[in-house]
Amino acid sequence: MTGAEVLLEALSREGVEVIFGHPGGAIMPVYDALYHRPDLRHVLVRHEQGAGHAAAAYARASGRVGVAMVTSGPGALNLVTALADAMMDSTPMVAITGQVPTTAVGTDAFQEADVTGVTMPVTKHNYLVSDVNEIPKVVKEAFYIASTGRPGPVLIDLPKDVQNAEFTGRFPDGVDLPGYKPTYRGHPRQIQRALKALEAAKRPLLIAGGGARHAAEAIRRFVQVTGIPTTTTLHGLGILSADDPHFLGMPGMHGTAAANLAIQQADMLIAIGIRFDDRVTGDVSRFAPNAQTVVHVNIDPAEIGKVVDSQIPVVGDARWVAERLAEGAKPLSLDPWWQQIREWLRAYPLRVPARASLRSPEVIRAVGEATGGEAIVVTGVGQHQMFAAQFYPVKHPASFLTSGGLGTMGFGLPAAIGAQIAHPERTVVLFDGDGSFQMTMQELATVVKYRLPIKMVILNNGYLGMVRQWQDLFYDDRYSEVYLADSNPDFVQLARAYGIEGTSVRSRDALSDAVARMFEVEGPFLAVFDVAPDEAVYPMIPAGGSAEDMILEAPEEVER
Amino acid sequence: MRHLVSVLVQDHPRVLTRITSMFARRGFNIESLAVGRTHIPSVSRISFVVYGDDRTIEQVEKQLNRLIEVLKVVDHEGPHLEREMALVKVHVAGVEERLELKEIAEAFRARIVDVARTALTFEVTGHPAKITRFIEEMAPYGILETMRTGAVAMDRGERVLRLKAKREAV
Ligand SMILES: Cc1ncc(C[n+]2csc(CCOP(=O)(O)OP(=O)(O)O)c2C)c(N)n1
Ligand SMILES: [Mg+2]
Repeated sequence: MTGAEVLLEALSREGVEVIFGHPGGAIMPVYDALYHRPDLRHVLVRHEQGAGHAAAAYARASGRVGVAMVTSGPGALNLVTALADAMMDSTPMVAITGQVPTTAVGTDAFQEADVTGVTMPVTKHNYLVSDVNEIPKVVKEAFYIASTGRPGPVLIDLPKDVQNAEFTGRFPDGVDLPGYKPTYRGHPRQIQRALKALEAAKRPLLIAGGGARHAAEAIRRFVQVTGIPTTTTLHGLGILSADDPHFLGMPGMHGTAAANLAIQQADMLIAIGIRFDDRVTGDVSRFAPNAQTVVHVNIDPAEIGKVVDSQIPVVGDARWVAERLAEGAKPLSLDPWWQQIREWLRAYPLRVPARASLRSPEVIRAVGEATGGEAIVVTGVGQHQMFAAQFYPVKHPASFLTSGGLGTMGFGLPAAIGAQIAHPERTVVLFDGDGSFQMTMQELATVVKYRLPIKMVILNNGYLGMVRQWQDLFYDDRYSEVYLADSNPDFVQLARAYGIEGTSVRSRDALSDAVARMFEVEGPFLAVFDVAPDEAVYPMIPAGGSAEDMILEAPEEVER
Repeated sequence: MRHLVSVLVQDHPRVLTRITSMFARRGFNIESLAVGRTHIPSVSRISFVVYGDDRTIEQVEKQLNRLIEVLKVVDHEGPHLEREMALVKVHVAGVEERLELKEIAEAFRARIVDVARTALTFEVTGHPAKITRFIEEMAPYGILETMRTGAVAMDRGERVLRLKAKREAV
């Protein structure tokens, strides 16, 4: 067997079924070996960044490790953004990059880049393999590291001569990583302390995040038994169904007033699988000022105490800990607390002030109704992303896929591809911005190639809307370089050029027909909704602010 | 606060780069760094001096522990030894100066390791503060060249930086 064949065999032994990739000179031996492996499905993308986001979304939607494979130099460098995105959002993936032959490494050879050097800060770990017999061990370790502990991307850089070399080694049975022993079981005494503190709390609040996606079942039980009010971060959406009466919406910069006010007033926080990102906390010194007890459950010890002090830290797997919490939970009497929260929910619902022109939340609501909240929702980055988080009624965990930590415009379309390939039977809806979509729209070809029935919704405001919103608020309406409408393509015609059906909607009257048609069509569909160019996302806590600084509605909109 | 941290690592290629790149990325303020092999095959030991408040030092330790090839991290908080070594080449003008320099060297227990017509080279070992003072004493004579190692550290007594899993699965 050659190194290339060994690599594919090792991937197959890890249970890999799909590889997202793009070939090139330095990875050709592997692609040649792939020719003889019909059991390994390869999804050919049109840009390596797309392979990375697709693999990441595949991983998040399926709970398995996503695999991306690209060539050396430019191919690998095109993957870097996706690796950083996966790192920030703790996504398990393995990237395989071709490299120039070992004899050429360090000589500025054609298409050479120091890929292990470049990706060191944006991967959980990486390898440069110089010995063909190491391949099975490296692959085994890579999958183990990517998928255990706090998940993350692992990169394997494979020089071309190593791919061609004859294998004489063995496939190992396990991994031996003396420096890597993630803790899964939270300390029982800490869990007991947490439960005890909870019984004494008057205004407890649960915050669950992306690290608790796989713990949704246990968390739902815990919430059911205790009756604790719950908020979930952007990556935690779906841990509770949006229609669960305990759910207060998302916290943070564009979170609901109820969630943010509850954080402000809570005397106890139970935070599971979150890292207190600044988009959630705002000014840390004014975050949860009344919380005497913060229980912080995280599998990564480095996250505990990094941003918010915690009196009861629990290092461990969110699901393991949540199961113990659910087992030990007792019904709580939180009537006064709930009364207060219901008042907030009543007083400050997410509102969409009426306007003549079509508004993004209306579109999202209509799609939400049409899909019953059952779809896998994928987004770009910007206002449309926040609107989707606010208005799409996510029912299931791991069904809202978005770029949170890195905020990568262009995540949407390739991520929708990965999600659809992970779940061919589910409806995948992409809510994208006109700006974000154009960053990776070449993947329309991938949609066509694999006949993926993705429903693409472009919320076309003709602007880099989120930037415009900040210019509105903080730069005296100086709209510097955010106007797109004068040069946006006709998205429907663009889709048509790829053989994808589409429709364009300019007014409210056409909304429901367009949404209906989108889901009637069997294959992919692209719907462009021209929405108000001056929309703004509210509520908003300006960066570095706290719940006290929350702007509930645009001042000029209140009057309308 | 000044902290002295020792780390045991698997001596894989680029492991030092991983550590220094992480320090740079997270904005940790490193004063000095020393690396060497240990008596255990394929295990190296790194020690460094880092400045920061308690939260920062805690993060330094935790972020080091996140690295796959890091086996053990310790912040030398108890009684410990700290040593740095330096070579210092000083200009000598005449016999009288030569004698003066020798006297200073004796006070610092520095050794003369090389002699030339217009230069003397000293080897001095000790706490970094002592080495700094030695260099200051030599300065008026005209320092031609200095080379300092990073500080190396070890706990006093029977405490040992032992190789075992840095985080036990409970
Ligand atoms: C790759 C990348 N470049 C720049 C940004 C900064 N940015 C954040 S939101 C945004 C505007 C996004 O515009 P669009 O996709 O049209 O979404 P909208 O806000 O209009 O809904 C920009 C430029 C980013 N997040 N990612
Ligand atoms: Mg836009």
